Amino acid sequence: MSSLEQLRIVAFVCNWCAYAGADMAGVSRMQYPTNVRLIRLMCTGRVHHGFLLRAFLKGADGVLVSG
Amino acid sequence: MAIQGEHLNQRKEKIGSIVIVGGGIAGVQTALDIANSGFKVHLVEEKPSVGGVMAQLDKTFPTNDCSSCMMGPKLVELANHPNIEILAYTDVLDLDGEPGRFQLTLKKKARAVDPEKCVSCGICAEKCPVEVSDPFNLDLNRRKAIYVSYPQAVPLVYTIDKEHCRYFTKGKCRICEKLCENKAIFFDQEDEIVRLKTGAVILAGGFEPFDARIRGEYGYGRWPNVVTSLEYERILSGAGPFQGHIQRISDGKIPRRIAWIQCVGSRDNHLGREYCSAVCCMYATKQAMITREHDIEATIFYIDIRAHGKGFDRFYERSKSDSDVRYVRSMISRVIPNPEDDTLRISYATPEHHIREETFDMVVLSVGLCPNPSAKQLAEKIGIQLNEYGFCASDPLDVVVTSRPGVYVCGVVQGPKDIQDSVQQGSSAAARATALLADARGSLVAPPAIPVERNVSDEEPRIGVFVCHCGINIAGVVDVEAVADYARSLPNVTYATHCMFACSNDQQQEIKHAIKEHGLNRVLVAACTPRTHEPLFRNTLREAGLNPYLFELANIREQDSWVHQAEPETATEKGKDLVRMSVFRARLLKPLYETSYEIIQTALVIGGGLAGLTAALSVSEQGFPAILVERTTELGGNARTLYYTEDGANPAQYVQELIKQVEDQSLITVYKETEVVSITGNCGNFTSTLSVRGESEVVSHGVVLVASGGQEYKPSEYLYGQHPRVITQKEFEAMLMSQPEEVKQLKRVAMIQCVGSREPEYLYCSRVCCTAAIKNSLKLKSMNPNAQVSVMYRDIRTYGFKESYYLKARQQGIRFYRFEREEKPKVASQGAHLSISVFDAQLQTPIQLEADLLVLSAAIRPSKESKQLTEVLRLPLDQDGFFMEAHPKLRPLDFATAGFYLCGLSQGPKFANETIAQARGAALRAIIVLSKKEIVAEGMINHVDSGRCRACGECEEACCFEAIKVKEVEGGRKQAVVTEALCTGCGGCNVACPTGAASLAHFQEEQINAMIEESI
Repeated sequence: MSSLEQLRIVAFVCNWCAYAGADMAGVSRMQYPTNVRLIRLMCTGRVHHGFLLRAFLKGADGVLVSG
Repeated sequence: MAIQGEHLNQRKEKIGSIVIVGGGIAGVQTALDIANSGFKVHLVEEKPSVGGVMAQLDKTFPTNDCSSCMMGPKLVELANHPNIEILAYTDVLDLDGEPGRFQLTLKKKARAVDPEKCVSCGICAEKCPVEVSDPFNLDLNRRKAIYVSYPQAVPLVYTIDKEHCRYFTKGKCRICEKLCENKAIFFDQEDEIVRLKTGAVILAGGFEPFDARIRGEYGYGRWPNVVTSLEYERILSGAGPFQGHIQRISDGKIPRRIAWIQCVGSRDNHLGREYCSAVCCMYATKQAMITREHDIEATIFYIDIRAHGKGFDRFYERSKSDSDVRYVRSMISRVIPNPEDDTLRISYATPEHHIREETFDMVVLSVGLCPNPSAKQLAEKIGIQLNEYGFCASDPLDVVVTSRPGVYVCGVVQGPKDIQDSVQQGSSAAARATALLADARGSLVAPPAIPVERNVSDEEPRIGVFVCHCGINIAGVVDVEAVADYARSLPNVTYATHCMFACSNDQQQEIKHAIKEHGLNRVLVAACTPRTHEPLFRNTLREAGLNPYLFELANIREQDSWVHQAEPETATEKGKDLVRMSVFRARLLKPLYETSYEIIQTALVIGGGLAGLTAALSVSEQGFPAILVERTTELGGNARTLYYTEDGANPAQYVQELIKQVEDQSLITVYKETEVVSITGNCGNFTSTLSVRGESEVVSHGVVLVASGGQEYKPSEYLYGQHPRVITQKEFEAMLMSQPEEVKQLKRVAMIQCVGSREPEYLYCSRVCCTAAIKNSLKLKSMNPNAQVSVMYRDIRTYGFKESYYLKARQQGIRFYRFEREEKPKVASQGAHLSISVFDAQLQTPIQLEADLLVLSAAIRPSKESKQLTEVLRLPLDQDGFFMEAHPKLRPLDFATAGFYLCGLSQGPKFANETIAQARGAALRAIIVLSKKEIVAEGMINHVDSGRCRACGECEEACCFEAIKVKEVEGGRKQAVVTEALCTGCGGCNVACPTGAASLAHFQEEQINAMIEESI
């Protein structure tokens, strides 16, 4: 496993677009590394900066907000 | 039922129930739509369970979604619906009476099992000594003589196969009877004759695949490795005979090369089966793409690729570019076996006209669709006319209307079609039948019984975890047992298990049982996406007496097993992480309560063409008002210039009659020269501002039907607009109608297909142009038999019964020249005439044509209004600019946003009769909302903690929906107040709130923080 794949990424995604996009990636069998954890929200409008900081404090190497 | 029916009969009232004959996807959709709009439904199915052919499919084109996963929630809804009675294993014997008041005679066949007592534990089948081949798996494996057709079958009741049962054939055995703990086996059970009163009947009897033995030269039934396409679906299926591993029938070895032969039993006039089966090109493409995922070579031998549906051409192109599926245009005359290794040889003609032979390990025959023989027999018995191929004949424009009033038809029994078309035709038939019985709406339905909710507020969380295999979709990659074991180790997890299909009806019973048995107060399912399956499980919780919001779904399929197929170990680790995150969130879930609000029972229809007119009329026929908005000065749209169809209908005349009906209908308000400029509100309660000839007008309505139409592309190619003798197909149709003398002078007419369609930037087929070219060519020939007609095409896509007109055109000497996209025809002006050079890809030779008229089959584009509407209505467009439905297969008439529906050309290119069917269907989808007095609002809305709110107004500023406002409350204090019906639960106010007073239910700060803490 390369060091890139050991990076830990937390993603905050909107139910209606990015989460749906991640579902579509699955339906299309697009393959991507296993090191990302998605947190579904009904809208990225819900993403408080405190969430991002908490993810970094917890040890995330990257945080993605997509919506 | 009988007593109630008699009573009604005396009062000469219509009966508020509808019988649907056929439990495939068309029948299932029809049943749900009707039951959800206030009528009782009896769904009659001849087989022991419903589901039809869709239940046998592995995946569906063009999304490659898992077929049973899509169907699962529908079957569960069907099985639990208070207004639907499923009469499976039942035949229809006769139909008497008149529209509104029919009497149907049925025979409930004896299963030898009491459905009330059978809990489908399966012990009977386990111990049954008789093995027989399994028809659900096309005889590719064995089942017992007591059986259920498939694990998720509805109803899930065992049936004894009397032809094979040892007791019924030899008079002794009765092992099942001895072992059945519930005493559900009754060998002496007899067939029962049942009479039902019903207001209308819908035939949805479906199809059976063509018997490939008839085409003996392909060796089906003789050479083991020649299989039919339906058999191949079962081979691909994870729940199939080989657990989804592709293998040869002869030796179980993995094949290296597989060939598909198209049009087996279709487009075959030697067999009297001229029609095209409409689905085989796409299912073969789908099967070949899945086959390529297994690293097996896939070759499709075809005549024309018919990718005429929405998204199909992109799918076809993707199969070539991404999946490396090989397509060979050649008819195959026979398959020759190699007995030594059971391989198969196929000879075909190369484009250069050489004969080449190749060897394949397996051959799949793409068999056509034939009308279901029992449906055909029933239609004959009850006086429904059939067409020459045995499908139910129906009105050319209103395709769900049969020759017998009060009896409607949908699905493949009306003609070959795919799932999407079957589903929308089902909704359309439902619209017709419920319009007939509109007065009787609600007369025979019972309000749903919901058990009293258990108060769990004082309990410690007790979480039940259910990890789904999804056949092999999940379990093929993720070690589901390990995930379930891991879940058991997590805090507050009282119970954890794994199951084959979490969404199946029997599994819902299991979940309910586990809730009771283990005192669960939170349920976590690790399976697929909550976007499709959350409502189903929430309902299960509700039925078990738990608040539905105490449910959590961890997505280990779309976002785990499907995207990490080559990494089972890390995918399993990820699965555990996702379950852990969800468990920690589930511990903090709280019950939520939904509020209900009144519905404005009026529809807003945007667009006054064929689709909009039909939709508005359809809404009004059911007793609800409609507001019809048309941008131009005149109603009727494109249909006004559609003078005739290939099968003799006249859409132009039809639409004029429709306009008259709409204008005479007091429930419809028509606004011409009007546009929608803004919309606020939500499903059931919208307020729109219209610009009526520049003047502003505000209207209120509960739903929106989008029918903004399409237009013919104005070509920039082939000298269109530069040379007077180059016109479009639509202009040619007008000329045929209005200038007969000029038409009679034409000597040589050339046509070019796919102008503006199937191009890299517009990668879609316009669906109607091949048929339009053929229809106009035949018209020209009838007016001027000496005219020479040459059609230059890429693939002829006369799907379904339209194929017979293509045959007729060739018989009448109309010439067809095929060209490739890379070598388009070249058109040069020659004074008043045109000279066209084209490289005929079939003959591999350049052809020179002279023409005194060149007709371009120009693409269908969405109307310009669509783009503007997408911004006003905030609705999505697809890559080609057409409106995008919620799901291309099973929700083709809805937008993903509640309360919005779509139909007609704004959704995609289609024929007039398809537009009418779609518009009626979309109207019915809208009526499901309109027919209720009130709607239940989402529980996931924002709440304000009055103790912490300091009325700063930050939330009000952040809210895009005007759902939160600072107002004076009791005691004269100011505070932020939420309008529940407007709150979408986006959470924007939570972020803006400086004190933490605003808190979005179900996505509270501590709930999200718990997930973040466990995500690493």
